[in-house]
Amino acid sequence: MIKYVFKKFVSMLLSLFVLATATFFLMKIIPGDPFMREKAIPEKIREHLFAVYGLDQPIWKQYLMYLNNLLHGDLGMSMKQQYMSVTRIIKETFIYSAQIGLFAVFVSLAVGLILGIVAALNHRKWLDSVTIIIAVLGVSIPNFLAASILQYVFGSKLQWLSVSGLNDPTDFIMPVLALSFLPAAFIARLTRSTMLEVLSADYIKTARAKGLSGRVILVRHALRNAILPVVTYIGPMTANIITGSVVVEQIFGIGGIGRYFVQSITNRDYTLIMGLTLFYGIILMAARFLTDIAYGFVDPRIKLSRGGGK
Amino acid sequence: MRTRKSAFSFIAALLILAIIAVGCTPKNETGNNGAANNESSNNGAAGEATDAKVFRMNIHSEPSSLDPALMEDNVSGTLATGIYEGLTRKNENGESIPATAEKWVQSEDGLTYTFTIRQDAKWSNGDPVTANDFEFSWKRALDPATGSTYAYQFYYIAGAQDYNEGKTTNADAVGIKALDAQTLEVKLVAPTPYFLSLTSFYVYNPVHQSVKDNEAWAADAVTIIGNGPFKMSEWQHNTSIKLVKSDSYYDKDQVKFAGVDFTMIEDSATELANYETNKLDYTGKPTGEIPSEQIPVLKESKKDEFVTKGIASSYYYMFNTEEVPFNNVKVRKALAMAIDRQAIVESVTMAGEVPSFGFVPPGIIGMKDDYRNEVKDDFFTEDVEEAKKLLAEGLAELKLAKFPEVTLTFNTSDGHKKIAEAIVEMWRQNLGIEVGAKNEEFSVLLKNRTAMNYQISRAGWGADYNDPMTYMDMFVTGGGQNNTGFSSPEYDALIKKAYASGDQAERIAAMTEAEKILMDQMPIMPIYYYSNTYMLKPGFKNIFLDYKGDIDYTRGYYEAK
Repeated sequence: MIKYVFKKFVSMLLSLFVLATATFFLMKIIPGDPFMREKAIPEKIREHLFAVYGLDQPIWKQYLMYLNNLLHGDLGMSMKQQYMSVTRIIKETFIYSAQIGLFAVFVSLAVGLILGIVAALNHRKWLDSVTIIIAVLGVSIPNFLAASILQYVFGSKLQWLSVSGLNDPTDFIMPVLALSFLPAAFIARLTRSTMLEVLSADYIKTARAKGLSGRVILVRHALRNAILPVVTYIGPMTANIITGSVVVEQIFGIGGIGRYFVQSITNRDYTLIMGLTLFYGIILMAARFLTDIAYGFVDPRIKLSRGGGK
Repeated sequence: MRTRKSAFSFIAALLILAIIAVGCTPKNETGNNGAANNESSNNGAAGEATDAKVFRMNIHSEPSSLDPALMEDNVSGTLATGIYEGLTRKNENGESIPATAEKWVQSEDGLTYTFTIRQDAKWSNGDPVTANDFEFSWKRALDPATGSTYAYQFYYIAGAQDYNEGKTTNADAVGIKALDAQTLEVKLVAPTPYFLSLTSFYVYNPVHQSVKDNEAWAADAVTIIGNGPFKMSEWQHNTSIKLVKSDSYYDKDQVKFAGVDFTMIEDSATELANYETNKLDYTGKPTGEIPSEQIPVLKESKKDEFVTKGIASSYYYMFNTEEVPFNNVKVRKALAMAIDRQAIVESVTMAGEVPSFGFVPPGIIGMKDDYRNEVKDDFFTEDVEEAKKLLAEGLAELKLAKFPEVTLTFNTSDGHKKIAEAIVEMWRQNLGIEVGAKNEEFSVLLKNRTAMNYQISRAGWGADYNDPMTYMDMFVTGGGQNNTGFSSPEYDALIKKAYASGDQAERIAAMTEAEKILMDQMPIMPIYYYSNTYMLKPGFKNIFLDYKGDIDYTRGYYEAK
């Protein structure tokens, strides 16, 4: 186990290094720089700003400088938001995205699993059809549409909830729902199909024949096997959701991290682009790592010590 | 079956949860109604008298900075209006009126201004605002180490450019000097009639001298020290900013709002929904936006709240005059004459813009009146027949059999796209030419434009100060903003003449002449003068946009009908 974790850790560091390198050079290839304005900045001032941020150095030197700072845990200062460090921007915005995101992960898991199980147990009955319809709708309605509809109905028309902001606990309801639609529907479909497969498997028939109760069969035998693909999906899904959704955050006026993924590139805010990419990379890898660990618990057939499975 | 039963109990539990969640909401609902019906729920933190209302508007996103030297967008500018105050401020007509300076005198030759700072001007921490603070702040903005992108706005001051460009490190050589605590003397390079107008621009705002000990002072509410009518009480980055009335402000009796709340909502539909559910008192420009498709509806349904105001900004296309076919003036003119500007502002942009046939927008002061009233923008007319003729002649001069393949580039935005598509269609119908339209991300467009790597490009320009010069000096040969390749010795001489002169009549005459040359040579094709649309809740008074569209809420008040 320790060997596995260590190996995994080394490969994660290596991936991060590759990610940092690729992003660094890719972002330098896009035309433009952080100090381009419709009203051009006088040449001398530009030169000075370039010197301040080290942009006047040859690109390989900039790269080495960046890596050096990174090793010291310094992500640098934003080039657009004056005197805000990248670390601070990430910290202050991630907190909102993470809160909404974790709620959304919880809701989608709960709703998705329940719908999936109900559908599978009622295979080819009306309840099954209803869940399938809900799942198809959930997958096909984009979250910005869901968000807009929710906002219009509950915010503008009924005025039950504030149209935007995160000032009240109730303000979480709409963004969380909007974020949950797609993953909940996806999990429901995933659960349903694997459940159906599992329920017709021989060992379930054996269990039935042994006279085990329906609940024991469902929880201990069927669900445990059926949940594996869901576990695989949860990792990347969580990483995705907690790092914020640009549109949902925009529509509900939430100061989350989502908007910066696009904005930092538009602004050519080099340090922020790097910081966000690495941050996302770390979250994603951490999520996958936890998923791998979780496999071990859910499925005894998977032995982590055997070398990581990938 | 037991399994089914347990599944149903799950669903039941979920339903109960949902009901509880919905049950929580009536609290919120009363909050809404309260705000709609009376001002008490909207009172300042202090909960003072009933007329001490908090004004609520949207600023879209984080300000680029709240350090006056580093500000460069209208979000920062909107906040600066409340937090800081320069030597002068602007009234509704765009005139400079005394602010932190109670009076000033200009020397005979027009080269020296002497400002008297008012005795009772104070920082939000109670310290007096002195002439030394201004000297410190302006020199700080000019210090190359500060990295101010707008420092060139000080170049009218003697020695400022040399100091900013590092040609000298001696700050004493700059013509900014505090003679005593109350007296600030400013020496200019040339008589600059619009210098006074600049002293209300945010880069000219003072900063407290203690900022030199804390680099990041402007990034948090607690460390910001201002001298304006309001002070910052809370800054939740990316979410909201709250200002409260400042007790140390010399003119606090005229400040009626208990505070100003700014939200950072990026989505224009969400902003409107907040306005309609009474969470905002103001929506629209300069820092927000009313969704363009809603404008025609709201203009009718919310007549009393909807305002359209022309602002001193121009929307135009520029030609690369160094490349075929736009190296021929007749071709450029033909394209400018073959579009229907009225149709564009009426059916495409729809926000009350005004078709433009000149470069300097209305709102800029000329001799006495508005420059655009004194000098009519009838430099050319729309005339399809004449345009066809010019195009044919131009192509013949270039020895081209037909109009070559060219592309119009615009920075990525729905609005610019619709306009570009309309114009391309007009050119196709009226001139029978095919022009491709392509969007580029803003930084890419700017890069290509500076490198003269384009044919026709969308551009816009807003005034920096209230004088035609803010537009006219852009197109001098080799000018930093002149990315058209246009060069005219005559034009350059006229601008030089206007620069050197202190006589307004002579200056305006020279600039009128220069604008005529610009429109005659047409390196740029004017399309329209911008306007701002916004909505303000009934009862709010004395909140206005100045000549260039910046909002002034500092003397606003609320009066229930």
